[in-house]
Amino acid sequence: MNTAYNFAFFDEGSKREIRRATLKAIAIPGYQVPFASREMPIGRGWGTGGLQLTLSLIGKNDVLKVIDQGSDESVNAVNIKKLVSDTTGVATTDHTTEATLIQSRHRIPEVPLKKNQILILQVPLPEPLRYYEPSESETKKLHAEKEYSGAWLMLFEQIMKYGSMTTGADHPVLVHDRYVMAPSPIPRFDNPKMHESEALILLGAGREKKVYAVPPYTKVVSLDFEDYPFEPESFLDKHCRLCGSTGVFLDELVDEGTNETFYQCNDTSYCIETLNEVEPFGVK
Amino acid sequence: MAEFEVPVLSIKNLNKQFGSGCPRCQDGESPSFVKNYCPICGTVYACRDVSFDVFPGEVLGIVGESGSGKSTLMQCLYFDQEVTAGEAYLADYHNGEKNLFQESSQQQRYIRNNIMGKVYQNPLLGLKMNFSSIGNIAEKLIAAGNQHVGMMENRGTELLNKVNIPVHRRKEAPKNFSGGMQQRVQIAKALSNRPPLLLLDEVTTGLDLSVQASVLDLIKSLQRELNISIVLVSHDLGVIRMLADRTLVMLEGRVIEQGLTDQILEDPQHPYTQQLVHSLL
Repeated sequence: MNTAYNFAFFDEGSKREIRRATLKAIAIPGYQVPFASREMPIGRGWGTGGLQLTLSLIGKNDVLKVIDQGSDESVNAVNIKKLVSDTTGVATTDHTTEATLIQSRHRIPEVPLKKNQILILQVPLPEPLRYYEPSESETKKLHAEKEYSGAWLMLFEQIMKYGSMTTGADHPVLVHDRYVMAPSPIPRFDNPKMHESEALILLGAGREKKVYAVPPYTKVVSLDFEDYPFEPESFLDKHCRLCGSTGVFLDELVDEGTNETFYQCNDTSYCIETLNEVEPFGVK
Repeated sequence: MAEFEVPVLSIKNLNKQFGSGCPRCQDGESPSFVKNYCPICGTVYACRDVSFDVFPGEVLGIVGESGSGKSTLMQCLYFDQEVTAGEAYLADYHNGEKNLFQESSQQQRYIRNNIMGKVYQNPLLGLKMNFSSIGNIAEKLIAAGNQHVGMMENRGTELLNKVNIPVHRRKEAPKNFSGGMQQRVQIAKALSNRPPLLLLDEVTTGLDLSVQASVLDLIKSLQRELNISIVLVSHDLGVIRMLADRTLVMLEGRVIEQGLTDQILEDPQHPYTQQLVHSLL
């Protein structure tokens, strides 16, 4: 642990300001609370929103897990983990069940989260209406007046153009029957995990200086139409080539040599855990 | 008979000023006024004490020179601008017992989405130029609570047919359309949820004559077919003559004359109206 820095990198005043914004966000589910996003030793757009939330919340007894697109070992995840453990000395883990704080970029882990856990998602664009209305002061009014026809209109346009809703990730959700929220670019597959989640879900956008939240046991509904219901990605008839799991989010990989397509768990720690469970029964 | 006499829209003493006013112009009147502008404090009195009723199935025309307050009046009616003072009642909203200008912005949005339609002079204000034409119509339908794609697509196609936009171009964005076509998409959008009241602000200004004629024809036939009430703003007396049953003449923010359109055009009373009618080519 590097003692040249204050615990968790920030001074206490900064952490308090971020926690105060977080509390407000939890009190108003789905509402984007502005906060004074700080300069970080990593660039904006590289997870500074999530990192600031993590640093403001972390205590000496926490266990941290950081994932980047499902992977515990990508450069970004490793660096964030290093920074936090260097300035706090807390333990890090790859196991989802062991972690108390999980910072994630664009995935919700496969293992269902529990109520003693907090999931922190990194958000590039917190405003679900941004494409429809470029002006921030206008979108604020739209949120205030619960005028969300723009969010549905964007889905309608996709149906008109492509015959179905084509949001690959970041499919907008309605939180607690009040605010439409961008769930950060998690795949549609993960949207239902937000509904009535046992764990607190916090979302931080460092560049856009916004914090918002889905408190535990909150209603989260993905937007759709009566005749075009919301559907998560389907991996029917497909399984992970390493651990054989089904019903999880799979990456499609193509072997360029043989042109063969195969599938693999996106959540690497889940894949390894499954493999380790299977192994003792193996021949070895 | 009594039923026919209930106005769809009733405006009472609408006032709109830009600026705070000063002791010398507080009452909207001062000898030092330049038209409706107070040179001492710089306040513009855009609408002064405007009152009128619109009856079911009626087309009410509003004429006046540029700067007479016509468009400001329309913006106030559609809640694009906040009024300084005044009352408005809609027969279709709480039986005409609630002053629209006192309602919350959520309620005003509900009224816009459900009971009114507006066609702007500038299609940029009324349409999302990057969304498809049918999407623009769907926007109004979604805002009015629609949740069924198939139904909205049918309604949109039907309306675009009515306003003579070829079916194969309905998924194209209005930015690719000519001015006249954009204006027709706007009309289709405004009509999409069958509003009892339609506000038209200089809809034909800037269109060439043949397109003007077809847009006017369209409005006239839709109005007869659907029996909607229309408030029509124009500085073109030809348009007013063709469409309006009754006409208000505005000057410097005031209504200076009102009556049947024929009467206004044939026997103008106010010197300004006389001048206006006589300058008709």
